[in-house]
Amino acid sequence: MTNVTMTINGRSVSGTVEGRTLLSSFIREQAGLTGTHVGCDTAQCGACTLHVNGESVKSCNMFALEADGAEVTTIEGMANDDGSLSTIQQAFQDHHGLQCGFCTPGMVMTAAALLKENPTPTEEEVRGYLSGNLCRCTGYHNIVKAIMAASGQDVSRIAAE
Amino acid sequence: MPADGGIGAPMKRREDIRFLTGTGRYTDDLNRPGQAYVHFLRSNVAHGRLKSVNTEEAAKMPGVVRIFTGADFEGVGSIPCGWQVTDKHGQPMQEPAHPVLAQGKVRHVGDPIAAVVAETPDQARDAAEAIEVDIEDLPAVVDMKKAVEEGAPKVHDDLTSNLCYDWGFVEENKAAVDEAFEKAAHVTRLELKNNRLVANPMEPRVAIGDYDPAGDNSTLYTTSQNPHVIRLLMGAFVLGIPEHKLRVVAPDVGGGFGTKIFHYAEEAFCTFAAKQLKRPVKWTSSRSEAFMSDAHGRDHVTTIELALDGDNNFTALRTETFANMGAYLSTFAPSVPTWLHGTLMAGNYKTPLIYVNVKAVFTNTVPVDAYRGAGRPEATYQLERVIDKAARELGVDPIDLRRQNFVTEFPYATPVAVEYDTGDYNATMDKLSEIADLSGFEARLAESKKNGKLRGLGVNCYIEACGIAPSNLVGQLGARAGLYESATVRVNATGGLTVMTGSHSHGQGHETAFPQVIAEMIGIDPSMVEIVHGDTANTPMGMGTYGSRSLAVGGSAMVRATEKIINKAKKIAAHLLEASEGDIELKDGAFSVAGTDKSVAWGDVTLAAYVPHNYPLEEIEPGLEETAFYDPANFTYPAGAYACEVEVDPETGKVTIERFAAADDFGNVVNPMIVEGQVHGGLAQGIGQALLEGCAYDEDGQLLTGSYMDYAMPRADDVPYYDVDHSCQTPCTHNPLGVKGCGEAGAIGSPPAVVNAVVDALQRAGKDVTHIDMPLSPSRVWAAMNQ
Repeated sequence: MTNVTMTINGRSVSGTVEGRTLLSSFIREQAGLTGTHVGCDTAQCGACTLHVNGESVKSCNMFALEADGAEVTTIEGMANDDGSLSTIQQAFQDHHGLQCGFCTPGMVMTAAALLKENPTPTEEEVRGYLSGNLCRCTGYHNIVKAIMAASGQDVSRIAAE
Repeated sequence: MPADGGIGAPMKRREDIRFLTGTGRYTDDLNRPGQAYVHFLRSNVAHGRLKSVNTEEAAKMPGVVRIFTGADFEGVGSIPCGWQVTDKHGQPMQEPAHPVLAQGKVRHVGDPIAAVVAETPDQARDAAEAIEVDIEDLPAVVDMKKAVEEGAPKVHDDLTSNLCYDWGFVEENKAAVDEAFEKAAHVTRLELKNNRLVANPMEPRVAIGDYDPAGDNSTLYTTSQNPHVIRLLMGAFVLGIPEHKLRVVAPDVGGGFGTKIFHYAEEAFCTFAAKQLKRPVKWTSSRSEAFMSDAHGRDHVTTIELALDGDNNFTALRTETFANMGAYLSTFAPSVPTWLHGTLMAGNYKTPLIYVNVKAVFTNTVPVDAYRGAGRPEATYQLERVIDKAARELGVDPIDLRRQNFVTEFPYATPVAVEYDTGDYNATMDKLSEIADLSGFEARLAESKKNGKLRGLGVNCYIEACGIAPSNLVGQLGARAGLYESATVRVNATGGLTVMTGSHSHGQGHETAFPQVIAEMIGIDPSMVEIVHGDTANTPMGMGTYGSRSLAVGGSAMVRATEKIINKAKKIAAHLLEASEGDIELKDGAFSVAGTDKSVAWGDVTLAAYVPHNYPLEEIEPGLEETAFYDPANFTYPAGAYACEVEVDPETGKVTIERFAAADDFGNVVNPMIVEGQVHGGLAQGIGQALLEGCAYDEDGQLLTGSYMDYAMPRADDVPYYDVDHSCQTPCTHNPLGVKGCGEAGAIGSPPAVVNAVVDALQRAGKDVTHIDMPLSPSRVWAAMNQ
């Protein structure tokens, strides 16, 4: 067992982990932040996506030990300081970019990473960037639309809602 | 009517706030004080005799609390089946036992053999690896047709064969159907497979059993679409716990699509073990476990024949289907290929004679049960594919052939036992033509040709039976449950409403849409209405959410309960206003006396109900709370027309969806934003079935598609933006909201559109291809092109 300390959403969190403890497990079980979800065991679904030192990471694919000393941001840290939804979160609500909500934290974290790298992506770029995040509910239509809207692009002409 | 929050308003969803901020409460987010964790040791062979399960070394591993095997469940009930189908000879289906943990034999890869309860999940997993299992391999049956051959190995030794039932529908019509085929001017025949799918809600299943020794009360937290159904099935049939001693909670649930309807062994195990160990026991499925333990969907092999007369009128339809049940009968499995499939074989057409034969077969595979659409996608796929093939054989336009045979007068009694109350199939076809820009196809075809691609257009119709279901009817058909829904409307003293429903939301937005209905009826803001669901302790007995039933059946219960509330509130208002009850009108949240300016606000009436100082106590009770149970008079019949345009790469066989349009008739619509979202999701699942998804076993019964590395889920770059429309509305005639249900349409209507489009593309390129089985992977399409 090894001690690890990381800063999660601005708060320092310490814990004791085994070598095999995944970052996703540490975040959910030791930091108590259950917004990060685990939807698979092969790093394919992206529900556990969060940011480590500003980079988008699938947290089921990283050991907690590897994040020792890191700055981590999870879905719980994405709202504005006053508690209101951030631009991306608000766009997901405005455009019905979620249904059951299980993949949503990963989608929001991936969208934030995309828009940081590429502030005005094309539809094709959005779809390509999202290909590591599975959603079974929305058929992706409204997720893509929400991300396009969050990037400030006009989505009013996008095919029938 | 509230200006922007009543029926028809695209209200943003209130539940989104918690899901977008990471504060949703899914079952795996719950932890009970002192809980232990279970890991199931599952069979790695498809069929075998359990010779020994040695847990001695494993039990000594760190953190192990106890290891359970099948022997611990002797005397415990079998996982029950909720539907008994009667075969064509009038005999009940063969119904094998389904133990919580395997006893004597294992029957599919993933069948649980032992369960290790330990202090941590890792310790439970480590100890499971130390269990020594000796299994004598037996030959597995995987192929359905081979499974019913004479001398085939039997999945269940105590059954006479692997045939669960041989169902004929309508058996009395068979001779007339055969005769019509003999007289037909043209017969089109098609053999096809409806590929086995895995539902794959993004949240894997979770169960937490809890037990309170002080009160002898058990609680199960589970990822379920219908907590009351689980309480009844598990309590009454498996564990022998009466309902008043058992609470089932299904909190936020991350998608279901049918696969979270069923009662699973893991739920019974956790509830049982918690009581034995007097501490909570938690199980969280991995995705790998989900692939080998969640009920699968579809998996039909069908031969369909369509008879036409010299004027291209459909005169008869005949089908023979083999339907895979897997190794055990899952909760509603027998109903899917029968009553949810045979009854829809008329489709949108006035075919006068229909005969459907279904042979349900046990194999050494994961049990198969309802998955989004459940029987109706299988019916739609074969019917719309055979019509398309007939049109091509006859050299007529596929749309014209459909229109010529549409049912146009309602109500319409089909020859397969259901009565469509309303519909307008020409209207949805007209709308499809417009939104899909069918007249622009030739120009797009030319553009594709210029780019070296083959382009094709596929069109089809669908109809489904939703709003499941009239209890007296399904009782006659073998259901072992009623299919009503319930609602309790509790008006609080200061006017807000708490509505307890037996429906369950796992993505459908009930917390937003249901208040819109009640707000409309009373004339208040929907924010005054709170929806409570998912907990048997605080909701009336209800059957849950599936079969596109929640608004049509659950919403109707809510309407009936709210009507009772309004009737009582009017009596109170009449007293307060010193007027006759018959003169009281409710509008915009106020009661007034007709023809006067006298009125009293909603909140004053509700306060009077709970502070009954000035109140007609001799006539009515205090309080304002009503419950209604609504049992539908008929199914609802959503219908529509879909169009798909594909491009096929002639070099690789890769298919891309260029356009997809859906024109649906859902009757009245409460929240169009949510309805469109439901269609989008269904379309992606249908496109997934058509192009990508396919659960595969090898001949030994090994599951080849056991993870997302092998099972191709549709991703964002596999699908286009969709053009969807629901402006054609023929309201349901028999429920108070006039709604039909929209949850499954997309998944039902889309697979044939995709396959029709690919066949069209290949035929336009001069290829002699009449059918390709789903999924239309590049290799299959390439092989068909180059045969």
